[in-house]
Amino acid sequence: MTAMVEISHLTKHFGAFTAVDDVSFKVNKGEVLGFLGPNGAGKSTTMKMITGFLTPDAGTVTVGGDNIANSPVAVKSRIGYLPEGAPLYSDMTPEKFLHFVAEIRGMRGTEKARRVDEVIQKVNLESVVYKPIETLSKGFKRRVGLAQAIIHDPVILILDEPTDGLDPNQKHEVRSLIQSMASEKVIILSTHILEEVDAVCTRAMIIANGKLLADGTPASLAAKSPLHNSVEITIRTDNPDPVNRELEQLNGIKSVEKFKTTDGCVSFRVYSSTEQTPISLVNQLAHDKDWKVENLHVETGRMDDVFRSITTQQKTTQQKVAS
Amino acid sequence: MANIWVIFKRELAGYFTTPIAYIFIIIFIFLSGIFAFYIGNFFDRGQADLTPFFSFHPWLYLFLIPALAMRLWAEERKGGTIELLLTMPITMPQAVLGKFLAAWAFTAIALALTFPIWISVNYLGEPDNGIILAGYLGSLLMAGAFLAIGSCVSALTRNQVIAFVVSAVICLMFVLSGFPLVLDFFSIWAPEFIVTAISSFSFLTHFEAMSKGVIDLRDIIYFVSLISFWLFANAVLIEYKKAD
Ligand SMILES: Nc1ncnc2c1ncn2[C@@H]1O[C@H](COP(=O)(O)OP(=O)(O)O)[C@@H](O)[C@H]1O
Ligand SMILES: [Mg+2]
Repeated sequence: MTAMVEISHLTKHFGAFTAVDDVSFKVNKGEVLGFLGPNGAGKSTTMKMITGFLTPDAGTVTVGGDNIANSPVAVKSRIGYLPEGAPLYSDMTPEKFLHFVAEIRGMRGTEKARRVDEVIQKVNLESVVYKPIETLSKGFKRRVGLAQAIIHDPVILILDEPTDGLDPNQKHEVRSLIQSMASEKVIILSTHILEEVDAVCTRAMIIANGKLLADGTPASLAAKSPLHNSVEITIRTDNPDPVNRELEQLNGIKSVEKFKTTDGCVSFRVYSSTEQTPISLVNQLAHDKDWKVENLHVETGRMDDVFRSITTQQKTTQQKVAS
Repeated sequence: MANIWVIFKRELAGYFTTPIAYIFIIIFIFLSGIFAFYIGNFFDRGQADLTPFFSFHPWLYLFLIPALAMRLWAEERKGGTIELLLTMPITMPQAVLGKFLAAWAFTAIALALTFPIWISVNYLGEPDNGIILAGYLGSLLMAGAFLAIGSCVSALTRNQVIAFVVSAVICLMFVLSGFPLVLDFFSIWAPEFIVTAISSFSFLTHFEAMSKGVIDLRDIIYFVSLISFWLFANAVLIEYKKAD
């Protein structure tokens, strides 16, 4: 089976500046793909090319088997798109606006009315349907933007920073909505909030300076963290040095780091020299030595560490090339 | 076709959700009346026709139509909705035409609302209503040409004031190139064919005959091709400058 969305060697320049640099990937139904990257990474530009707003300088976009360069209308009719900042015709009411979008998406008569009603319910717009969009709060505006994106029940949903600028409750609502649709669609969203990737994405891509730097499940990306599989142990003691020494002498330990001392408690991080986490060894030792353990757990790795190390690594190599 | 209609409806309704539409129509009717009655000596001429009324239309359109057209694309750019519109399953010509036709229909409405003047001449005398109809048709065609220029210029910027000024200046050139004063200036030193060429580009030259009731196919072709040219340029410009 071919992938629903297939991007190959996508490139976009703005003058001499390369905003998207040879990006290729495939996405299938059921996947929620998160574009993760700092501001200016090229996430929006990539999305604008997939949705047919911008024409790539090189590379192809294939959606549902159609190349966007040859059949732009067919591709656009399969996609629902929430552009960055959710632009809307602000002098219209949500009701008028959604009818307009439904019509331009080819719906007519009762089918149109039914879909508009459904989508209004789905994103909870009932209370504001007859108010001009410009008078609505940011949360409602975002919902109108989402409503227009899903009104034709598209197979592919592309959301550019869908939760940006929303309060925590609104963020949660939008994420729940995305999750509720995830199984039957291809969803591509962008964000620079790492927790969001963990919360909704089945797959994440790290993009920086227009380049695709990492691609995998959120867990597999987190596993690239140097912290992955290390053990964190907090012990109540006044004399941490012997503890440190004992931990270092365990089998298969690469290093021990004392990273925190707070009111009588000392925290250590124990790194294994193998793939295995040293938790049982540490646990056994603590038991044998009768340490007063306050906390003991395996670190799964942190996305933000990985993100920072990958995106800054790239910056420094670029600076080296430049100098 | 269906897509053009959907865009057309939204745009036209858009004019009436803000006071702009009503202000425009009132100013249009008011000024065309003032021009015709006071400056054009509508009553004193002792003739039952609408020549003075129509003869001021080019000058009226010169600032009213750019004001109407300036928002067509500049507003979409400013609000970012251009991204929404152009990622819908429509083609660029459909978007350009839908918007243009809505603006044109709006001017047609404004023009139609000057009917009291037409009723007045019929009450006061016995005008040739065929001539008057030709005048209205010519005026509408000319308004279309003004609008196409305005729409194209509006596609270049997100700033409506810039769109207004630039398209007013371009429209002015198209009007002035047929103005006797300007033509006299050229005829002093330029060969005859250049003067003819300049005046043949003018709205005035092509509108004048129509406002007197003469419907010449060449005048119609002139306006239609002018509209087509500017709308084509409009579509091309948006395609190439979408990202800005
Ligand atoms: N229309 C444009 N003209 C010039 N540069 C642009 C344009 N759009 C985006 N850029 C530049 O391209 C880079 C990528 O932008 P964007 O895709 O919006 O990043 P992101 O969405 O990841 O924050 C940025 O440095 C931005 O300044
Ligand atoms: Mg962006």
